[in-house]
Amino acid sequence: MAISNKPIVWGPFAAGGTLTAFLTPVLILLTLLAALGHAPDLLAYDRLQAFAGHWLAKLAIAGTVFLSLWSAAHRLRITCCDLGIRADILVATIVYAVALAGTGASVLYLLRI
Amino acid sequence: MAEEMSRKPYVREMTSEWIFRHPRYVRYMTREFSCLFIGAWTLMLVCALARLSEGPEAWAAFLAGLKSPLIVAFHVVALAFAVYHSVTWFNLTPKALPLQLGEQFVPDGVISGAHFGAWAVLSIAILYLAGAF
Repeated sequence: MAISNKPIVWGPFAAGGTLTAFLTPVLILLTLLAALGHAPDLLAYDRLQAFAGHWLAKLAIAGTVFLSLWSAAHRLRITCCDLGIRADILVATIVYAVALAGTGASVLYLLRI
Repeated sequence: MAEEMSRKPYVREMTSEWIFRHPRYVRYMTREFSCLFIGAWTLMLVCALARLSEGPEAWAAFLAGLKSPLIVAFHVVALAFAVYHSVTWFNLTPKALPLQLGEQFVPDGVISGAHFGAWAVLSIAILYLAGAF
């Protein structure tokens, strides 16, 4: 049997693509409202603190960050290839490292909330 | 591998000019570039979590920092790219998840339509639960 790491890379990409398709537009809309000065009630400190304080919400937020960053990273890697950048190993290392670092940082911050 | 076998490996020239050869390629690249905005917004979310963990003052400063024309412009462009990504993703679902009932395949429009419907319901539910209206 051929050994390949493609499913490991591609699985979170597909999951992240689906998750961001469903979730990202509405989440961007929430922070857009905040940027326009009409912050939704959820973004008030006390409410968001209480929400993000629950372990289930922490898990959901960390999962969302990981899948979003990973699928963006994987897509960026493929896009670099499409644009004629041949240093795939270097590109892959950088984009996946950023995705994992972002996930790690979010887990750290969530644990402090 | 190729380098080991041949002293002068042939590396085909590859530039990015192919993108503009057909509107289909431009649409493809537009979808691919959505990753920059989705990724950037998610990194902003990580920063938001950092400020939230630092307490009420830091969080208030973060919310105040959002109120700049540049951030608003970023959000508008990011929202457009994110919506484009969602539309292309759901339009592809009949290809990725073909569904067979008995002898018949469920029509493409039903599969992607169900995804679009679920997307709308979920988005409105989140806006409602977040107290946006």
